[in-house]
Amino acid sequence: MKFVDEFRDPQRVKQWVQAIQEITTQPWTIMEVCGGQTHSIIKHGLDQLLPESINLIHGPGCPVCVTPIAYIDKALSIAQEEDVILCSFGDMLRVPGSQDDLLSLKSLGADIRIVYSPLDALVLAEQNPDKKIVFFAVGFETTAPTCAMAVYQAKQRGLTNFYMLACHVRVPPVMQALLDAPDNTVQGFLGAGHVCSIMGYHEYPPISAQYQIPIVVTGFEPVDILQGLFLCIQQLERGEASVENQYKRVVTEQGNLPAQQLMKEVYQVLDRQWRGLGNIAQSGFALSDEYAAWNAEMHFSVADIQSNESRECRSGEILKGLIKPAQCPAFNTRCTPEHPLGATMVSSEGACAAYYHYRRYQND
Amino acid sequence: MCLAVPGKILSMTDADALSRMGRIDFAGVVKEVSLAYVPEAEIGDYVIVHAGFAISVLDQEEAKQSLLAFAEMDAQED
Ligand code: SF4
Repeated sequence: MKFVDEFRDPQRVKQWVQAIQEITTQPWTIMEVCGGQTHSIIKHGLDQLLPESINLIHGPGCPVCVTPIAYIDKALSIAQEEDVILCSFGDMLRVPGSQDDLLSLKSLGADIRIVYSPLDALVLAEQNPDKKIVFFAVGFETTAPTCAMAVYQAKQRGLTNFYMLACHVRVPPVMQALLDAPDNTVQGFLGAGHVCSIMGYHEYPPISAQYQIPIVVTGFEPVDILQGLFLCIQQLERGEASVENQYKRVVTEQGNLPAQQLMKEVYQVLDRQWRGLGNIAQSGFALSDEYAAWNAEMHFSVADIQSNESRECRSGEILKGLIKPAQCPAFNTRCTPEHPLGATMVSSEGACAAYYHYRRYQND
Repeated sequence: MCLAVPGKILSMTDADALSRMGRIDFAGVVKEVSLAYVPEAEIGDYVIVHAGFAISVLDQEEAKQSLLAFAEMDAQED
């Protein structure tokens, strides 16, 4: 496949691994921010090819994993209302809420549907004028503009039976929150390539300078990740801290301006709760007041829902890089993708799911 | 959600920029996606697609350059 195979070429992978070995003189701890990168690293066994002194921490860039349980509970509550069709991305259906998950509710008869694109939810609204279509929208800056377009179009077309339950999150504030934490161990970041394809990377130089930390915007294929790691380790070894872009074929410094413009039109930035990480200032997007008529939280009474996290799930520590999934006592025992205790075991980008699918029988 | 591979634009509709749709070929699997966020895209371009939207046009020259990076790095060290 063009622009894929070249970036998975075993010969190139070998060369980059060797280049990393040659420049590494001491231990370094590097976080890949995006869950897509985590998945690629574990699937291709890249962490096992690296020198032992390089510790990769799997970051919080899995939107399904960090969506607070309160929002799952809100979605569950809305889905039980009459005349509602609740739709969301597939991964969200199995994420455990306080009591239940959407998939079990669906098996009991609730009208819950999986959509591939937010625009599919709009089509549902047009086809079912006597129903209320609620789109449960989660995701980082990559997904936020796709959902913004759905709401924008709903307003343009005068659709009054379409609502969005929006829980979008932003990457730069969580990177900063991780660096501010007293138990932080991260020394360098691989920046999330597709988030940056939307937002660019002009938000990163101040973070890199303030915390004296290298940030390398990186893609998703094995060669991308190894090249990103090489650039990051090179900076660390030289005592430098700057922002570099490994993923130039997709990411520019300014990012995708039409997408940013529409997000500005539809969203406001606000504080958000992250599952396992707590409240982070200015870390989320919500619908702006102008779009209140399409905001599910305004239309349905979901404000007072009480939520309880599983006490056993240690995904918060995993998202901060303090433990690896196999170190959670519930991993592959009481917690499996069929019976997950936490969202990191459900999502295709979750670290626990990646270890389960590719490393279950191996002691890490 | 972010493991997107690039696909090639086979054709596109004539609609205004925000409603423009394209047929994208992902190594044989063809999908209909919104081109609202890539107004500069042309037929034959490769795009990264996320949740039904093309979010970036792949810069083929940069792709070549990044594959050459290794050779260049070797040359620098010599
Ligand atoms: S293995 Fe399960 S319980 Fe343990 S941290 Fe992961 S999701 Fe939570």
